[in-house]
Amino acid sequence: MYKLGIDVGGTNTDAVLIDKDLKVVAEIKNPTSGDIYDGIVGAIKNILAVSGVNPSEIKQAMLGTTQCTNAIVERKELEPIAVMRIGAPATLGIPPMTDWMDDIKKIVVAETIICGGFECDGKELWPFDEDAARAFFAGVKGKVRSVAISSVFSTVRNDHELIAAELCREIMGNDVHITISSEIGSMGLIERENAAILNAALYRVAERFTDGFARSLAELGVTNASIYLSQNDGTLMTMEYARRYPILTIACGPTNSIRGASYLTNLPNALVIDVGGTTTDLGVIQNGFPRESSVAVTIGGVRTNFRMPDVLTIGLGGGSIVRVRDDGSITVGPDSVGYRITEKALIFGGDTMTATDIAVRLGMFELGDRSKVISISDNTAEVAMNAIRRLAEDALDAMKVSNSDVDVILVGGGSIILPEKLSGAASVIKPDHFGTANAIGSAISKVSGTYEKLIDYDKTPRDEALAQAKSEAIDMAVEAGAKRETVEIIEVEDMPLSYFAGNTNRVKIKAAGDLTN
Amino acid sequence: MRKIGLNEIEDIALGAALLGAGGGGDPYVGKLVAIGAVRECGEVTMLDPEEVPDDALIVPIAMMGAPTVLSEKAIGGSEYKTLFEMISRFYGKEIYAFMPIEAGGVNSMLPIAACARLGKPMVDADGMGRAFPELQMVTFTIGGMRATPMALTDEKGNSVIFDTITNKWTEELARSVTMSCGGSVSVCLYCMNGKQLKEYAVKNIITRSEQLGKAIRDLKNCTEGTPEEAFYKATDGYKLFKGKISDVLRETRGAFNFGKVMLEGLGEFKGRSAFVEFQNENLIAVVDGKIACTVPDLICLVDTETFTPVTTDAMKYGKRVYVVGLKCFEMWRCEKGLELVGPRYFGVDTDYIPVEERSKVVFE
Repeated sequence: MYKLGIDVGGTNTDAVLIDKDLKVVAEIKNPTSGDIYDGIVGAIKNILAVSGVNPSEIKQAMLGTTQCTNAIVERKELEPIAVMRIGAPATLGIPPMTDWMDDIKKIVVAETIICGGFECDGKELWPFDEDAARAFFAGVKGKVRSVAISSVFSTVRNDHELIAAELCREIMGNDVHITISSEIGSMGLIERENAAILNAALYRVAERFTDGFARSLAELGVTNASIYLSQNDGTLMTMEYARRYPILTIACGPTNSIRGASYLTNLPNALVIDVGGTTTDLGVIQNGFPRESSVAVTIGGVRTNFRMPDVLTIGLGGGSIVRVRDDGSITVGPDSVGYRITEKALIFGGDTMTATDIAVRLGMFELGDRSKVISISDNTAEVAMNAIRRLAEDALDAMKVSNSDVDVILVGGGSIILPEKLSGAASVIKPDHFGTANAIGSAISKVSGTYEKLIDYDKTPRDEALAQAKSEAIDMAVEAGAKRETVEIIEVEDMPLSYFAGNTNRVKIKAAGDLTN
Repeated sequence: MRKIGLNEIEDIALGAALLGAGGGGDPYVGKLVAIGAVRECGEVTMLDPEEVPDDALIVPIAMMGAPTVLSEKAIGGSEYKTLFEMISRFYGKEIYAFMPIEAGGVNSMLPIAACARLGKPMVDADGMGRAFPELQMVTFTIGGMRATPMALTDEKGNSVIFDTITNKWTEELARSVTMSCGGSVSVCLYCMNGKQLKEYAVKNIITRSEQLGKAIRDLKNCTEGTPEEAFYKATDGYKLFKGKISDVLRETRGAFNFGKVMLEGLGEFKGRSAFVEFQNENLIAVVDGKIACTVPDLICLVDTETFTPVTTDAMKYGKRVYVVGLKCFEMWRCEKGLELVGPRYFGVDTDYIPVEERSKVVFE
């Protein structure tokens, strides 16, 4: 039995095959083409040829893709939708999409705020206005095929969102796509609602990439595999779930790299530096999973708050342009020759000095024609390398969770430009297969469940409350496809909330486990 | 008299976040409330305090409650009208204009929304010139004014007017009603006439917020010197420290977030250390063991790259910040002012010395 992991990046589509003991059997890089499916088909063909593995022995196939991010950023292929918020008489002061740009706002054909929602303690804020909900759904029937529903404190109680979804199906038919905010985001109505709206608009993009991936696999004889998509929190979702919540695929690339790096080095806690051609992503791996960002994340100008890895991106990569200034100082990046490195870099006969040229000049590795960089003086090369090192060290320092040195894992095709010693690093490890860590991360992902609620510890003692929350999180992971006996609690967070009556805490528990075979 | 529109709102929100001195919460929801109202109802007229007649009824409007609740429920939109009618009925006189009570987060934005929705002018003044954690910490207290009659309403339409014997009782009663109402309410308090406004309010503070916000936004285009130099110049700020947050210690007591943020020097401060203690807002900055600034002067942390203010909620390990001290409103420096908001009130056992003097220890 084999697992196939695929990561579609801007430059390359990477594929890896992993055996039942999670050993890497084969890895390949295939150029990403205009049509991503050609790239995927090419990558699968290629890896089947290289490995000689019988396609019917592949039992699981995982895909990491940036399709959703691209659709939002480029405003392409987004479908018209309707938006219902349940929260009046609260929230009327901020209608949906108040700060959205016009070019993306126009995806919403109709919007309404109806009465309902809950208070922070779960008390009803206002009774759900069923008549208004019915009227709205009847009005948009035939105009849209996808609806986003949000509600005040639906992270505490989502009853009203569920009732509205039921009515929506009843009135608009069973094939309507419904996104409820409580299944996507956390506290913060506006950000959660934004994520729900984007998700609703992505349903056709999601249909296309899930169908496309399934079709590519079937065409090449991979017919026995369960198919999964990578999420931005380092876990997997089923095809069916991905169709319902495509927004969760956003930013899965950095997440997969971080997870892959952790797997390749067997380090559950480390800092990962993923160097590409133009940029470097730094992330932190905690207990085998990426640290989540604590700030709101903006995608294509829309502020959201759903689960995202805490990634710091800096303008340093293999193609970063190196410049010697008049005063003798040297700068590296943030601009890069990007994918044109094979024609622009000095070692490939080009006219632009890049970070890769410097590394070749210093003999850190062999690539291209070294004679073309001999003319770079020792001093220039060393000063430039110091600048590269400083960029990496500063970013490393900013991402560290404490003052003590951390283990650092280098991955990504461009990581060859980084020196083997970095200040702030207890050790610097460059594992085998470092170039395809992202596809490996995709292939070895687990499935998870997250439970979040406000709990008053004066009413339910902390131990009891946490135990119950953990069991709910585990159930959620199993529901998502995890083997119950492998599910572990990977994150426990409880935060006291001031102003609330009693001893109210926000409790967040995440559980993850291996996929059922 | 001038108009406040969408561009001004962006700048005011950013500048007010700086004047929040670490407090006031995330200004995002507040900004949306103001943007939503101005989009729908048009720009707001802002009056200079000197343009306000002496006998006009001027009323500060604010929200009380937990930032978490605010980020879910925002505001209904009918609260302004409810408050307007309650206060006007109580005084038998129509409210002439609204004003903010403090700078920072939602409370610098709410009056803009209220004025837009009710078609009333806003006065370019507030009661703190910054943010403070407690209700009595306003310049109006120095002027002997009472917080009550105070009108309070929730988004559902429940409302009440308090008349209390002390401002401490106001705080206590308002807080328990706020909790029963679901954790966030809108209030009007310290109602005053134009004469009192001119005598005790922090004048032209909205204009100052706007200028600060605009200056911060323009820093990336600065042509003379470094953005850092331009920042100190634009804010009239005293340089206290540049460093990386190396630890944040937090504790919730009562309704307040207490804590201490530890900093390790960067750049010209390499090898030195500092810390800042806070109670919702930053209270005291200590550099190499010496006090460099205390309340009521403002201690503000800003991101070293973007110069955006860092609130106490958003402080976390690894963040690189400048620590800047700003002079507080002059009235806070009198004896009565220091009794209300001086270092000793916040449990810091030291005399108040203005930041102009204090900050000298940094470069001794």
